[in-house]
Amino acid sequence: MSQAAAQRKALQVAHLEELSFIRKYIFSTDHKTIAKQYLGISLFMAIVGGFTAYAIRWQLAWPSARIPGVGTITPDAYNTLVTMHGTIMVFFVAMPFLLGVFGNFCIPLMIGAGDMAFPRLNMLSVWTFLVGSLILLASFFVPGGAAAAGWTGYAPLSARPDLTPAVLGQDMWIVALALEFSSFLMGGVNFITTALNMRAPGMGLWRVPLLVWYEATASVLFLLSVGPLIGGAVMLLLDRLVGAGFFLPAKGGDPLLWEHLFWFFGHPEVYVVALPGFGIMLEILPVFSRKPIFAYRALVYCALTATGLSLIVWAHHMFISGMDPRLATPFTVTTILISVPFAVIVFAMIATLWGGSIRFDTPMLFALGGLTSFLLGGVTGIFLGSAATDIYLHGTYFVVAHFHYTLFPVTFFAGFAGLYYWYPKMFGRLMNETWGKVHFWLTMLAFQGVFMPLFFSGIAGTPRRVFAPNEYPLFKAIQPLQVHATIATVTLLLVQIPFVVNFFWSLRRGKRAEANPWLANTLEWCVPSPPPHANFAHTPRVRRWPYEYSVPGARLDWSPQTESGDTMLPAAGGQ
Amino acid sequence: MEAAPSIETVVQFGDGDSIREVPAPRLAVWLFLTSEIMVFGGLISCFILLRIAHGGWDAEAAHVHWRIGAFNTLVLLTSSLTMALACTSAKEGKEGMARRLRTYLGFTILLGLTFLGVKACEYSLEFAKGLTPGAGLFWAFYYTLTGLHSLHVLAGIILNSTLWIAAARADLVPVVQRRIEYAGLYWHFVDVVWIFLFPLVYLT
Repeated sequence: MSQAAAQRKALQVAHLEELSFIRKYIFSTDHKTIAKQYLGISLFMAIVGGFTAYAIRWQLAWPSARIPGVGTITPDAYNTLVTMHGTIMVFFVAMPFLLGVFGNFCIPLMIGAGDMAFPRLNMLSVWTFLVGSLILLASFFVPGGAAAAGWTGYAPLSARPDLTPAVLGQDMWIVALALEFSSFLMGGVNFITTALNMRAPGMGLWRVPLLVWYEATASVLFLLSVGPLIGGAVMLLLDRLVGAGFFLPAKGGDPLLWEHLFWFFGHPEVYVVALPGFGIMLEILPVFSRKPIFAYRALVYCALTATGLSLIVWAHHMFISGMDPRLATPFTVTTILISVPFAVIVFAMIATLWGGSIRFDTPMLFALGGLTSFLLGGVTGIFLGSAATDIYLHGTYFVVAHFHYTLFPVTFFAGFAGLYYWYPKMFGRLMNETWGKVHFWLTMLAFQGVFMPLFFSGIAGTPRRVFAPNEYPLFKAIQPLQVHATIATVTLLLVQIPFVVNFFWSLRRGKRAEANPWLANTLEWCVPSPPPHANFAHTPRVRRWPYEYSVPGARLDWSPQTESGDTMLPAAGGQ
Repeated sequence: MEAAPSIETVVQFGDGDSIREVPAPRLAVWLFLTSEIMVFGGLISCFILLRIAHGGWDAEAAHVHWRIGAFNTLVLLTSSLTMALACTSAKEGKEGMARRLRTYLGFTILLGLTFLGVKACEYSLEFAKGLTPGAGLFWAFYYTLTGLHSLHVLAGIILNSTLWIAAARADLVPVVQRRIEYAGLYWHFVDVVWIFLFPLVYLT
């Protein structure tokens, strides 16, 4: 519906008798409430995912010891833990946290809209996601346990029901993923349509905040890449249920087919997650440097380039899979190429900081921590993208360290940055700044402690997904690295407690937030904290680019997108 | 970047309503269809590649019921025609539009149901001969492709039926008039997928 019509409709609803609790909080079509629902589900799933990480790391540090709170685990149970850790973190934490929360909350507010283009579809998407999450959680409790074929679900381990104990569990894994894919397809259509069609007057494409650009681009990428894997999931289910044999050599199938189908989506998926993370950082860095974002248009082109390139790099996950070795060179070339747009993004972030008046509030700390950690993770990707070095490093802990050094910053550092930044807008109160800083520093340090040792473990050759690598004499000498990483993991998990306490305490007792506590330009800061149901009382008229900070000659060091130039000039007649 | 803020510059394009005047639902349906193209495109590509790699599967393919497939193709093509007629009558909005729309839409639904019924009979014929999804890769692909397509046909029938039922109420006719375009887009897409499937599965 049109912008104006959406405004009227939202205002109408707001003026009806007060909505029932169910309509307001459970079956809500309000994008802000839906964002909070995604937040609740994703943070709960993060606790579950964190628990699996704890069990995995304890097993690796003290093999076959009793894990406190779990007991001793078998190799099969270890496979399940590793599988579910990856599945939960990528599909049920990163996706909802970065896209579900910030996409839903920020896009309509940042473009001056009253809600998403399709509010009821939005509600359907979060409920579909919830059902998928519940099915995945339920799979832990069925006979045979949860899926155990890796988050990548390689055939034939995943394609034959007799190869792992998880028979029903693996089927439920497929169904849960299918629901998650549907949920984000619906969400993606909503995001793209809203961003294109519901911008306030004056908001041409080159005045759209980068978060909106990056969320919409990520949604396009998801839309384009998930299709073949949906086909693959149907094929996998048929393999398991009726012995179709798509991926089973005995029946003429090919396990490599699954790998191609999976990674054709799997690689773009990591950028679907990374782009919104960058978008959040790109919003925060200018605000807390009081400087415009550097190379705004280049950053938009980078997102688009990365999207396009990400569709032709997938086989760098398969260099030693047994595929035609002639594919190594073209995929190495494309993979090295894709590092360019991401390098530009990182350079632009650094250039934004350069010469800025930096405020080290918690959102900024997390954004900076995310930037530095991602930089490290990104450069280690070069070794993996190049087939020659990947042949040695594939399947080792070097890969694990690389993707945690990229995915963790993008999900948790950027995600926490966004949460601390938009919390006042979402809940009308500020989170405690001191405890925020404590949360940041402890998380940052603990995170380095977990994954830095794993680079060295990987270079030494330690293989992934192995229940007890210390059984090999080769790796006995570096076992202390495993212990170190585990202690850091427990620390990392424990230091999230201050965050949880801060989050809930601030809901009731945090300092009340005004409309614009951070003195930022984007439109969401022009409405009350939290915004009313219809967001904007009148459709805003956008008059400027979002990143006009510290404009020479202006009265203030920030310039809201709606205000005209006159109000920003120094008052006539001297200061 | 914009010039220094001294003059108000307001960029106008409608009332921020749409980019190049594409209504939101139409944009959304096209985005959805793009992802659907990737689903079927992925499956069809796998089928083609594996078929070539396995030497053509001529022996297996000889058992497909191409006459039934051809009949179903005619049915689906005709249903696309009636769907298009329903959409045109909605767009023109001439006298008696609601009745005409319901007639054409009704035929589309009936033809869709015919397609599914014929497909069901075809499947049972093949099952009786032991040509199940587990009977080899060709048949696995056959059932996956045509099965997934049939599910999409079913979804289209349900969608069309809701519109057909709604169009009986005078107050809902304008809503149906607006939305039938999107149902039409989806139905034509389902038909186009079959246009690709039929030659690949039945005729080669």
